[in-house]
Amino acid sequence: MLEVTDLHKHFPIGKKGLLGKPAKWLHAVDGVSFSLEKGETLGLVGESGCGKSTTARTMIGLYPPTSGSVKFEGEEISHLSRSERAPFRRRIQMIFQDPYASLDPRQTVASILAEPLKIHRLAKPRERKLRAMQLLDAVGLNPRHIHRFPHEFSGGQRQRIGVARALALEPDLIICDEPVSALDVSIQAQVVNLLEELQERFGLSYLFIAHDLAVVRHICDRVAVMYLGKIVEIATRDELFENPQHPYTKALMSAVPHPDPKIERTRERIVLEGDVPSPLEPPTGCRFHPRCVERHKVEGDRCSTVEPQLGERSACHLSLD
Amino acid sequence: MSNPILDVQNLRVRFETHHGVVRAVDGVSFQLHEGETLGLVGESGSGKSVTNLALMGLVPQPPGVVEADKMSFEGRDLLSLSDRELRSVRGNDISMIFQDPMTSLNPLLTIGRQLTEVLEVHKKVTRREARQICADGLDDVGIPLPKKRLDQYPHELSGGMRQRVMIAMGLLCKPKVLLADEPTTALDVTIQAQILELMKRLQETHGTAIILVTHDLGVVAGMSDRVNVMYAGKLVETADAGPLFEQPRHPYTKGLLASVPRLTGDPNAELDSIPGSPPDLAALPPGCSFAPRCGLKTDQCTTHTPTLEELPTRATSRSSACFENARLTDTLIADTLDYGDRPQGGSFA
Repeated sequence: MLEVTDLHKHFPIGKKGLLGKPAKWLHAVDGVSFSLEKGETLGLVGESGCGKSTTARTMIGLYPPTSGSVKFEGEEISHLSRSERAPFRRRIQMIFQDPYASLDPRQTVASILAEPLKIHRLAKPRERKLRAMQLLDAVGLNPRHIHRFPHEFSGGQRQRIGVARALALEPDLIICDEPVSALDVSIQAQVVNLLEELQERFGLSYLFIAHDLAVVRHICDRVAVMYLGKIVEIATRDELFENPQHPYTKALMSAVPHPDPKIERTRERIVLEGDVPSPLEPPTGCRFHPRCVERHKVEGDRCSTVEPQLGERSACHLSLD
Repeated sequence: MSNPILDVQNLRVRFETHHGVVRAVDGVSFQLHEGETLGLVGESGSGKSVTNLALMGLVPQPPGVVEADKMSFEGRDLLSLSDRELRSVRGNDISMIFQDPMTSLNPLLTIGRQLTEVLEVHKKVTRREARQICADGLDDVGIPLPKKRLDQYPHELSGGMRQRVMIAMGLLCKPKVLLADEPTTALDVTIQAQILELMKRLQETHGTAIILVTHDLGVVAGMSDRVNVMYAGKLVETADAGPLFEQPRHPYTKGLLASVPRLTGDPNAELDSIPGSPPDLAALPPGCSFAPRCGLKTDQCTTHTPTLEELPTRATSRSSACFENARLTDTLIADTLDYGDRPQGGSFA
């Protein structure tokens, strides 16, 4: 349904020189390719600054891509104008991370939910209210609360309103950008379950961006792991979690603390050295090599000179050999 | 057991606001011993952070009011100390790592200036010595080129680096008690793993007692000896980490543990969740605060408030505040001996 090929997004940084050239380019997304089937959930994981959100935003045209192609049901959508993009915008919706910042505090829930319908001229004014009530019901909120303002709801309820807004246009694909990371654990589980239930009911596809691997394991069918603007590993959920291939994926998984003291006190951890390098000056060769613990297994200086390409599964010289 | 380094009995913190009185902490009692890590878990607004702020004497008064039957550090009553005396304890004997490394450092001062200030206030050292101690402190927390960092400003460091600076600052005076308020929440997991390892190592070398406030049950499981679970300003359960995770007793603790997504177990199983949302502290329901979300609720729960009761176990103390305690007849896990690096009594094999 969705096919992203070699997507790049570079941001200019610093003052422009005489010829209008910026001093530096920040390579936020650097050659990302993946596809998404109908009804499928693809997880996009990685640490802050690895380009997960930029990938999603570039994909739907919130940022113009530097290069690459994005095909939605076979049609190229990456270089469309605003008005040409409108029909696709209806079919791809987004749920944002922060339920406190993503709802207009001065609009009632009714007007927040009716706005997409108004913009896309999908319902008459009278029908809109009814539709808004149906949406609230679908996400497990009381339809009678339709005239309330966002501040009258708790964080979890607000995130449900965000979900209802994304559902308003009956989209095919919803991009969930860290939809549960701002919520408390007990509430997080409610929203994860809601997303799964809605997927089944409406046949939705999700691109699920998250840094919490345990949540991703629960909700995703396939998972792509990003590091510094590139996908380093992509696999089905079971393959990835049971047998991670890329050293970064392994480290990421081993860093997740288990809520069980027995496991915590005995398991082996891979603790990575140092920080994620700056995407302004990514390391040469494999971008992960300065922090990689398996680097010594590769002969010579290939890791620091030759960039491994993402093959079937993992972008690492070890698994490509 | 030795005397506790911190002894808190019936701590109450309330804020008098326009919306009414908010009882942020309502009758919390606990003790902390040398070298021990106490995990404090609960949802946002459950009173975890306010408990820590009260210990540090940092609750703004007014609107806050802090009361306790006892709140002592090494036998000194923290509540009756003058501001001057309190300042000599705060940052020196008891120090705090704040949650957000992005906003807790002053952006206008160099790292060195902010670190040496702590020493200038608490220890009699020359500037040169202070700089050396600070550089060593940064080195201890794994910051490369510590001397150079002293002259840099916070914005020149990454989030993980800044959090390490916060930790170094908290440890500069070798405190006896470290209050860590969500020390890794703002960080990525790989950096979190580094910071947690570091805190463990520093605890081993200095014997620091730590109160670790977090909502991440995984972090608590890996770090804590004992765990206090808070809900709506009250302690609802307290136990050693092993038994608590293995056999949670209070319905809230059970619900909390069940709702955590895990890397083990069946990934297709639906997550258990606790219905509803945490109560408004200014308008708490009568009786047990958790009753509206509780599956075991009886009539008694909505009229009477359960108190924290000691549960009958052989070796460790654990308590839970629930009327169901008496009814639940399952046997509790008494021993902590089969938990990894705990001392294995009597075995010389």
